[in-house]
Amino acid sequence: MPMLEVENIHTYYGQIHVLKEVSLSVEKGEIVTLIGANGAGKSTLLRTISGLLRPRLGSIRFDSEDLIRYLAHEIVVKGIVQVPEGRRVFGQLTVMENLEMGAFGCKDPKLIRTNLERVFTLFPRLKARSKQVAGTLSGGEQQMLAMGRALMANPRLLLMDEPSMGLAPVLVDSIFETIQRLNTDGTTILLVEQNARMALQIANHGYVLQSGSVVLSDTAENLRANEMVRKAYLGEM
Amino acid sequence: MRQGIKIGLIGGIIEVLLALVGMVEAFSQRYIISDVISMGQTLLLVVAMFTGYLAAKRTNRSEPLWVLANSLISGLIIGGLLSLLVILGSMVRLRAVFINASPDLFKLLTFNQGIGTGILLLLIFGTLSSSLSGLLFLSPSLLRGVLIRSLAGVAMAGLLQDLLRAIFAPWGPIAEINQWFFPINGLTVQGAVSLFILIAAISYFWRKSGSKMKTSLRRLPPTNQRVLRITSSFLLAVILLALPQILGLFLSEVLTIVGLFVLLGLGLNIVVGFAGLLDLGYVAFFAIGAYTVAVLTSPELGFLNLSFWGALPFAIVAGVVSGILLGIPVLKMRGDYLAIATLGFGEIIRILVLSDFLRPWLGGAQGIAKIPRPSIGSVEFATPQQIYYLILAGCLLAGFISWRLRDSRLGRAWMAVREDEDVAQAMGINLVAAKLLAFATGAGFSALSGAIFASKLGSVYPHSFSVMISINILCLIIVGGMGSIPGVIVGAIALVGLPELLREFAEYRLLVYGAALVAMMILRPEGLWPEAKRRQELHREEAPEIESASGAASGK
Ligand SMILES: Nc1ncnc2c1ncn2[C@@H]1O[C@H](COP(=O)(O)OP(=O)(O)OP(=O)(O)O)[C@@H](O)[C@H]1O
Ligand SMILES: [Mg+2]
Repeated sequence: MPMLEVENIHTYYGQIHVLKEVSLSVEKGEIVTLIGANGAGKSTLLRTISGLLRPRLGSIRFDSEDLIRYLAHEIVVKGIVQVPEGRRVFGQLTVMENLEMGAFGCKDPKLIRTNLERVFTLFPRLKARSKQVAGTLSGGEQQMLAMGRALMANPRLLLMDEPSMGLAPVLVDSIFETIQRLNTDGTTILLVEQNARMALQIANHGYVLQSGSVVLSDTAENLRANEMVRKAYLGEM
Repeated sequence: MRQGIKIGLIGGIIEVLLALVGMVEAFSQRYIISDVISMGQTLLLVVAMFTGYLAAKRTNRSEPLWVLANSLISGLIIGGLLSLLVILGSMVRLRAVFINASPDLFKLLTFNQGIGTGILLLLIFGTLSSSLSGLLFLSPSLLRGVLIRSLAGVAMAGLLQDLLRAIFAPWGPIAEINQWFFPINGLTVQGAVSLFILIAAISYFWRKSGSKMKTSLRRLPPTNQRVLRITSSFLLAVILLALPQILGLFLSEVLTIVGLFVLLGLGLNIVVGFAGLLDLGYVAFFAIGAYTVAVLTSPELGFLNLSFWGALPFAIVAGVVSGILLGIPVLKMRGDYLAIATLGFGEIIRILVLSDFLRPWLGGAQGIAKIPRPSIGSVEFATPQQIYYLILAGCLLAGFISWRLRDSRLGRAWMAVREDEDVAQAMGINLVAAKLLAFATGAGFSALSGAIFASKLGSVYPHSFSVMISINILCLIIVGGMGSIPGVIVGAIALVGLPELLREFAEYRLLVYGAALVAMMILRPEGLWPEAKRRQELHREEAPEIESASGAASGK
């Protein structure tokens, strides 16, 4: 039984039909990656799963429970947490306040403390800057903060939208290492990435989204070998 | 050089404008220093000095000659533009277009000396005042601070003479001070000079050793600090309680108006400052509170004839409920759309109470009169001096609630919603609940204010609830500092209290608001008394930090 099961969903922005009959499943403990061109609907899919958008048709199940009847803030409590595209930290609040905000739905002070320690071991840089206003952090630090903030909510399934966007290669490597480490620690991950090469290296499964539909899904290994993926997303001839 | 000309032109145009809208003339009756300088002239002088200072500031400090030249030029241009106005006024009948361009104005501008000498004097005064501020800019910072403070202090004392006179009047020997400082209209010359010296001495002393005193205060043992804190809050309480007695009838009236606006501001501060929801129809809840009390108590309509205290809970509940009712349709709206929708709501309420078809219940354009005054036992809150205590109690209650809410879990949720709605939701914050609670709390405070307002006046009319009230409240929040509780009080005093004190301002209220807002946005966008955001966080060690993280997040 997969942890997350998305079945034939259709999502609209007003009249614009963006997701057309998308299905996807994530097993517990996996890293699943979603690749696709700009505007393919990747962010839309993540926003639909986390409850910020509501699909017109189709079903989403998490631990065999129907998710669609829940609101976004209730879904967070169920264990699905999103790291939004473009980081979107609370720019006027300090690093610490951002992290506290991440733990909003969590009622257990002990758990919050362990989560905070975990975040600070993963990202020592955040600890050093815990009193800095988040808007003044560098892009890389903001990405760390966005990830840390999501971890404070104690996720079982982490939805990450392009965590490597706009980062220098060294930082990209370290972000991907962190993702792998989170995964070995037991967090299941659904990862949207433009950097298909790296994503497919750490993922177990992959989905290719094209204008709102899934055109390919396979193990990451097979996708790396796939002719179409190599041409379109890995930039090989 | 260019900077000097540019800034001088701006300053000059402002001065010409001030003269043409009639401010200079309207303020010429009130003297800052008796028979020496009027408020109108002070206005021109202040603008000229400020212009000169700006011109100096835009120049490279290491070239003092250029600094002086720039400020001098800006002053010359100001004088020149005013002279042009005078010449133009003598040739053309400006009055056909500018109603305020009266012969009196030109007499004022030429110092009653005829055109020739007058223009010469204008040029001299312009250059003198602006190059003076150029010199001020160049002087060492200690001297500069002291001088600016003392000048501003003297100007303020002259401006607020009514207030000060009323404070000193009933105090036997202290009343002598009045004779010395303000015999009739404005400060005496000797009063102004001694005040200048006094303020200069105090601020010199403060500059020299103020910070030393602060640190030694902070180093006091905790028990002493507690004693100090208790005494100072006790002192504050005594002052607050004695205020209406000290100030007398007229100023107490002003005080009650300020208090009502503080109450309104505290409510809107929750909606706009905490939760970031721009609500321009806020006056609607004020109206709802006032009309609920009116309808339930007035024998004129004769529905229930409740007492004020019987009607008050209904008024607040009506406010809260209508806050939620307004909130529901606008849940999905943001920024400007929200502002427009709420603006519409405010107008709907005003038009409803004005409408003929609701007249049997709400009184229509005639409003509702004969609203009884609140009373406890046999004590009636009739005069402003008595109503003050009711308003003070309301403000304290609202301030306390705001303060507790700000640091609560709900306050955190509002903060997140203000920063980024989507992410707040993705962090597990119930957006719907957070927004509705903000609208409801704000509306409740507003309704409370409206209820007191109705029973204070004894009657309500639709025209008391125009959209300008909403704008006023918003302005005072911005000027005080968005999201700051003491800021609301400072803003209300500055934007509501001062114009009430200076009756001449009444006509120019909106102009002053506009100017104050523009100036604030340029000079101090965070407001007069901004929220101390990262309060103790700067002084905290790492271990309690984790403590605070869990404490705040798990909350009440
Ligand atoms: N709020 C919106 N209103 C209308 N259309 C939208 C909205 N948000 C996204 N879209 C459209 O939906 C489509 C999918 O957008 P989405 O953000 O999901 O793409 P994406 O795959 O995440 O792209 P990228 O890799 O550039 O982030 C695009 O055509 C976009 O223009
Ligand atoms: Mg995207």
